[in-house]
Amino acid sequence: MVQVDGHGATASLIQVRGLDKKYKRGSEEIHVLQGLNLDVDQGEFVAFMGPSGSGKTTLLNLLGGLDVPSAGSIVVSGDEITHMSRGKLTEWRARHVGFIFQMYNLIPVLTAYQNVELPLLLTKLSGAERRKHVETALGLVGLADRMRHYPRQLSGGQEQRVAIARAVVSDPTFLLCDEPTGDLDRKSADEIMALIERLVREYRKTVLMVTHDPVVAQRADTTLHLEKGALVEAGQRRRVPAGGVA
Amino acid sequence: MKFRGLIFANLFRKKVRFLLTIGSFAVALLLFTFLAVVKSAFSRGTEIAGADRLIVVSRIGLMQLMPISYRDKILAIPGVKAVTHNHWFGGVYQDEKNFFPQFVIDPEYQRRVMTELVVPDDQWNNFLKDRQGAIAGARTAERFHWKIGDRIPIKTTLYGGSSWQFNLDGIYHSERAGGDESQFWLQWKYFDENAPDAVKSTAGWYVVKLDSPDDAVRVAKAIDEKFANSSFETKTETESAFAAYFVKQFGNIELLILTIGSVVFFTLLLVTGNTMAISVRERTSELAVLKAIGFSGRAVLFFVLAESVIIALLGGFLGLVLAYLAIPVIGLALTGLLPPLILSKSLLTLGLGFALFVGGVSGLLPGIGAMRLRVVNALRRV
Repeated sequence: MVQVDGHGATASLIQVRGLDKKYKRGSEEIHVLQGLNLDVDQGEFVAFMGPSGSGKTTLLNLLGGLDVPSAGSIVVSGDEITHMSRGKLTEWRARHVGFIFQMYNLIPVLTAYQNVELPLLLTKLSGAERRKHVETALGLVGLADRMRHYPRQLSGGQEQRVAIARAVVSDPTFLLCDEPTGDLDRKSADEIMALIERLVREYRKTVLMVTHDPVVAQRADTTLHLEKGALVEAGQRRRVPAGGVA
Repeated sequence: MKFRGLIFANLFRKKVRFLLTIGSFAVALLLFTFLAVVKSAFSRGTEIAGADRLIVVSRIGLMQLMPISYRDKILAIPGVKAVTHNHWFGGVYQDEKNFFPQFVIDPEYQRRVMTELVVPDDQWNNFLKDRQGAIAGARTAERFHWKIGDRIPIKTTLYGGSSWQFNLDGIYHSERAGGDESQFWLQWKYFDENAPDAVKSTAGWYVVKLDSPDDAVRVAKAIDEKFANSSFETKTETESAFAAYFVKQFGNIELLILTIGSVVFFTLLLVTGNTMAISVRERTSELAVLKAIGFSGRAVLFFVLAESVIIALLGGFLGLVLAYLAIPVIGLALTGLLPPLILSKSLLTLGLGFALFVGGVSGLLPGIGAMRLRVVNALRRV
């Protein structure tokens, strides 16, 4: 269940209360987010939409612990992240957040396998265990036969699938997707969205996604609009078991 | 090391730049090592000087001679174990390029004072019996392919320009690593008989062996006081002080080498630092992604430092190998112009330490930049 009125259940996976974010641009102060509330349960798929500069990416950065709010709180799985030190926040991100970026952001000098292995290098897993996890993740995104390929040897859709494998390989609490299909053609975008949906439906992953594309946003359970620094619910989709669209 | 793949993949990302950086590092380290070897060659006399030896020269200057009678007077001073006297012969063997120092020595005391310069007894005894006898240092004998029994003509430049004939009776070796094996010793009696009247019965300098190094200051003072207000006043100092004074006659070698060395150091620092800065700037977004997925700032700093240190080590190693191969060749070409050039283990270690230091320092600034990189800003730049 997704709520934006600040009255969500205390058991929600993600609880955001009174979130404020201000930026200074010269002498001007820009209030991007103002008293934003949000509750997201485990296994939800939420899309954020809004015009450029409305604060979608800022919200995603705050939820992912990449940025700190000016005021308010973010609690994820009972962890209040807004007051964590930079070091703690880095550790928290490694354990709880999987990032999927618009430009894939793979390391070009590493193979698909090595890119996916990166988050596991921060764990205490042995080489054999890491191998097993990486192979599973790459198998999940359908690229088991592209492990030794470098990003330049893959298509855009394949690169994004490697990025998704990298995001899920350490089994994070939730995934943050910033325009995951923004650089792809429609066919590849559909494949990527099908994959993300599968992660939600089959693996009960919680996904928060920013997109400009209404077609992509329709794939989410809930679409929220950012208006004047606050969230407004734009629509909900009835969840169906597998494959179908409500 | 599980990060090995990431570090090496980044190192080889721009192969030409990587090779050029390694190359510039190697050349700079070759130059640094050569300078260090030259400095060491000049200061070796100071380092290996006997702590229990004094040098007595004329107060007026090294070229001013002193009476030979001073030897016995110095010997009488308490704390003096032995005294030998030397004279600069200043001759030319075949060609002026063939420089090596020729000393007229006092056979009676030479071996008792210069104990580290060893001549086998049988060779020494032959030398003592032969008025025209000579002893050559092993390096000089090797340089001119001399063997015992050879007749060696040396044309004097100071005493009339005639050619003096010598028989090579022995070859000395230095027991101290890096010791001088280039000298050529002549009999004082033969020299004194054939030298011009003005030079007869004189010595260029005295070398005094002490009972104990602790007596150095007292004995030096006693010697100078003994000859004070005479026609030939003396200046006595320790052998190391004399060696340092001697090196200064060439100019301030140390300052010259330090200046060139500093230029090499800063150039290398700038070249490597610039390479690392470009390398880090080129992959700002990648570093941001690493931080986003959970790599700490310190881990990112470690990656950058590891890269610069590996570049430095590879370049440094290559430079030292080049130095190891080149310095003997250069040394051979400069024989006679410079003291022997020796690339010691300590200099190799110093070179490697220098490379490591430059690698660490040059990677530090870009590394700290990467460590402090704000993920949000870096990703926005993509």
